[in-house]
Amino acid sequence: MAHAGGITAHEHAGAGEPGEGHDATRRDFLYLAATALGAVGAAAAVWPFIHSMNPAADVLALSTTDVDLGPVAEGQAITVVWRGKPIFVRHRGKQEIEELAKTDIATLPDPQADAKRVKKPEWLIMVGVCTHLGCVPLGQKPTDSRGEFGGWFCPCHGSHYDGSGRIRKGPAPKNLAVPPYEFTTDSTIRIG
Amino acid sequence: MSAPEFRNGLVRWIDHRMGIFSFMHHELHEYPTPKNLNYFWNFGSLAGFMLVVMIVTGIFLAMNYTPHVDHAFDSVERIMRDVNYGWMLRFLHANGASFFFIAVYIHLFRGLYYGSYKEPRELLWMLGLVILVLMMATAFMGYVLPWGQMSFWGATVITNLFSAIPWVGESIVTLLWGGFSVDNPTLNRFFSLHYLLPFAIVGVVVLHLWALHTHGSNNPVGIDTKGKQDSLPFHPYYTAKDLFGLGIFVLFYFGFTFFAPDFFGEPDNYIPANPMVTPAHIVPEWYLLPYYAILRSVPDKLGGVLLMFGAIGVLFILPWLDRSPVRSARFRPIYKQVYWLLVADCLVLGWIGANPPDGMFIVIGRAATVYYFAHFLVLLPLLSVFERPLPLPASISEPVLKGGGAAGGTVKPMEKA
Repeated sequence: MAHAGGITAHEHAGAGEPGEGHDATRRDFLYLAATALGAVGAAAAVWPFIHSMNPAADVLALSTTDVDLGPVAEGQAITVVWRGKPIFVRHRGKQEIEELAKTDIATLPDPQADAKRVKKPEWLIMVGVCTHLGCVPLGQKPTDSRGEFGGWFCPCHGSHYDGSGRIRKGPAPKNLAVPPYEFTTDSTIRIG
Repeated sequence: MSAPEFRNGLVRWIDHRMGIFSFMHHELHEYPTPKNLNYFWNFGSLAGFMLVVMIVTGIFLAMNYTPHVDHAFDSVERIMRDVNYGWMLRFLHANGASFFFIAVYIHLFRGLYYGSYKEPRELLWMLGLVILVLMMATAFMGYVLPWGQMSFWGATVITNLFSAIPWVGESIVTLLWGGFSVDNPTLNRFFSLHYLLPFAIVGVVVLHLWALHTHGSNNPVGIDTKGKQDSLPFHPYYTAKDLFGLGIFVLFYFGFTFFAPDFFGEPDNYIPANPMVTPAHIVPEWYLLPYYAILRSVPDKLGGVLLMFGAIGVLFILPWLDRSPVRSARFRPIYKQVYWLLVADCLVLGWIGANPPDGMFIVIGRAATVYYFAHFLVLLPLLSVFERPLPLPASISEPVLKGGGAAGGTVKPMEKA
C-alpha cells in the first residue's frame, strides 16, 4: 500500500472502485488478453489432430472409376465400386423412361425430374447407398425385391425408390445421389 | 478421519510420506455404509468388476488382433482356433460386454426406484450417465473390430446417424470415416479409440466414487443416516456381501461364456464384411435395442436421431424433473406403479428394436416411445405435485429392528443428527 497515494491520483480512470482500481483494470486486461491468446493457440493446435482424421491423400487418389457400358444390355444392371461405395448402373428401356417422365413431381418427397438425374436417359447412374442410414438397397439382381415403385428397396428401414432412384416411401429423406461422371466415349463413363 | 495405527513399519513409513494407506483404510474399511442395503446395491461393484475383466481380457486380445480390413476377420478366427486360450479370452470379452451392461442397467434402475439421483447425489447420477454413454461408444466400436457383416453394417448405420445433423453432417461423417465409406481408416481409428475409452471410463468411475463417498450410499428407505447406529463399516460387512453376490453373478456370466458363448451374438457376424451387400436384417446388440427402436419410431431422420440421444439426455435432467422430496419408491404409492410401467416400456422398446419396422411393430414402437418421454417429462413433474407419500420411518434403524426385539438391546439410543 506504499503507492496508495499515487494510485488514488489516477482514480478517475478506474471503474470508480477505491484503492487499486486502475491497476486492477490493467491487470484484468493483460490477464484476459493472455488467456484469449492461449485459448486461440490451443484451438489452432487441435486442428492438425482433427484434420489427420479426414481422408488422406492416398484415399483421395482413388477417387475415379472407369466403367465400360458396352456389355450391359437393355434391362440389365451392374454394380461398380467408386470410393469404396457401390455405384448402380442401370440400362433402362424406352417404355420405362416414358413412364418415369409422367411422374407428378410435386408429390415427391424430394422433387426432381427424371431428366435432371441422367445425362443419357437410357443410362441411370447412382450411388447405391440409401440416404437414410447408408445401407445398400436391393433391386440390382433380377431376384431382388424392387419395392412398391419398381426401382429399389432398402431392407434396413423400409425405404422404396422408383425407377429413377427417387425416394417415394419410407424414412429416407433424399433421392439416391447421382455421382459426378462424364461420358468419355459413347459407351464408357468416368465416375468422379 | 484419524489415521489408523499400522503395525508394519514400511507401511507406516510410506503412509507418513503419502497417506495412501490411511486413505484406503478410510474409504474402503471404516467407510460408514447404511446397514439396510439390499442386494440391488451389489451391482455397482459388479459393474466395476466387469470393467476390470473387460480391460484385462481386452489387453490380451489386442496382442493377437490385427486392425486391418484384410486381416481383422482372420486374426479373430486365429484367436479362436490357434491362440492358446484365445477362444476363452474372446468369449469372456464378448459376453463380458453383455454382463457389464446387465450390471449397469440394474444399477441404473436401482437408482430410479430408490431415488438415488436426488439431492445431494445429482452429480453422482450424472457422472454415472457419462459412464453409460462412454460404455455405449466403446461397445459399439468394439463390435466393429471383428469385421464381420454386422460389424461393417452396424458401423455404417451408426456413423450415418451423424449425417442427419444439418449443414455439417456429411463432413462430420467423412471425418469419422477418414474416407468416403467405412473402410480401413475407420477400422484403425475405432481400434485406437476402443483401447482408449475404457481408461477414460476408469477416470469417470473415480469421479463417480468420489461423488459417492462425499455423501455416502442412498439406501432402500431413502432417508439419511442419522448416526453411527444406522451404518456399518464397509469392510468386512459389505466386502463380504458384495463378494457373495459376485459369486452368483459370475456363475451366470461364466455359464453363458462356456455353455452358450454365441447366445448374445449374431450369426451374420461370422460372415466377413462385404461393403457391397447389406444383410437383410440389421440389429444392434441387445443393450442398444431400445434406443434403436426409438430411432426407427420417428418417420423423420433428424427427429429420430434427436429423440434417440434425447432418451439418454432426459435422464441427465431427471433430478430436476422429479421434485418429490421423498426418495424411495417404497413410500411413493403412485410412483412405484409408474416405475414398473417404465421398466415394462423399456422392455417393449427392446423387443420392438429387435423386430423389422413394419405393421404393428411401428404402431407399438411409437406408443412406447411416447410413453418413455411422457414418463419423465409429464408423469414425474405431475407426481411431484399431486402424489401423497406414505409416512417415512423416523430412522433407518426403525424398520430394520421392527419385530427383531433381541437385536434392539445392543443398539444405542438414536443420536439426534
